[in-house]
Amino acid sequence: MIAHSIFFYTFSIIAIVSAIMVTASKNTVHSVFFLILDFISISCLFIMIGAEFLGMIMLIVYVGAVAVLFLFVVMMLNVAQQKNQWFSSEDSSKHIPVGLIIGTVIFVELIIVIGGWKFKPDLFDINNSIESIKISNTHSLGQVLYTDYIHVFQISGMILLVAMIGAIVLTFRKREGVKTQSYIKQISRERSDGVSVLKVESNKGVKIDD
Amino acid sequence: MTEIGLGHYLTLGAIIFSIGIIGIFLNRKNIIVILMSIELILLAVNINLVSFSIFLGDLTGQVFTLFILTVAAAEAAIGLAIIVVYYRNSGTIRVEEIDELKG
Repeated sequence: MIAHSIFFYTFSIIAIVSAIMVTASKNTVHSVFFLILDFISISCLFIMIGAEFLGMIMLIVYVGAVAVLFLFVVMMLNVAQQKNQWFSSEDSSKHIPVGLIIGTVIFVELIIVIGGWKFKPDLFDINNSIESIKISNTHSLGQVLYTDYIHVFQISGMILLVAMIGAIVLTFRKREGVKTQSYIKQISRERSDGVSVLKVESNKGVKIDD
Repeated sequence: MTEIGLGHYLTLGAIIFSIGIIGIFLNRKNIIVILMSIELILLAVNINLVSFSIFLGDLTGQVFTLFILTVAAAEAAIGLAIIVVYYRNSGTIRVEEIDELKG
């Protein structure tokens, strides 16, 4: 239990500090790196409390895909070197107290909710409870995900498809003046388009229109 | 050292959620950091769902965490695509200079 506490505090302090650094660091590339560190430490927490599958999926999806996507866009848009005035800009000075007040109020509300709630007495009579300790987390998650939640699963696949098509359509740009093959032109070409048979008279030659 | 319970994880989630909210408000740099703050908020929601799921012994929380992960990935892809298109058209993604809607 001591080890559990030590690991919890270590990972959560790393997560909180890197979450602060995501919003506070001047360089956007550093923000992305701190976001990666945040995801890694939270997935370590997930693995620690027994949600191994979700911890690994967090690593694969966030660190492997989403953070790399962020990094790619940051590099592509050339905003990494932007010198920002996080606190020094005149316009931003009136945002800071409002933002801090709203954030603090939300945090205090959440803490009050966390401190004041209780379990319902019959809460533990639910169907999806984790029955036996022998089945691994991934196994039991799969048993629920592909039976009870199959429709939601399919819909999430559709969401990913729509997001993929939307991203491609948004960023696709047709360029002018680029020589490309046109397969339909090549295939539909007939013999009469390219070859003509001429009757050549002797001593006169042929004049070809061009 | 007290035993780590559900409240500790919920507090961690609340702290990260608040940092995300404050990051959205205070950010003067560019929209990409705002998108990253939204990812932090979704991460806090995931922490809450997973910790409730583990401590109450109900798998539904983890299933819904998967779906939130899906939606977060889709949202990041679409948002970054919109940012790329906007940068291509206007040449900036600084928050202060995006004022075409006069909001």
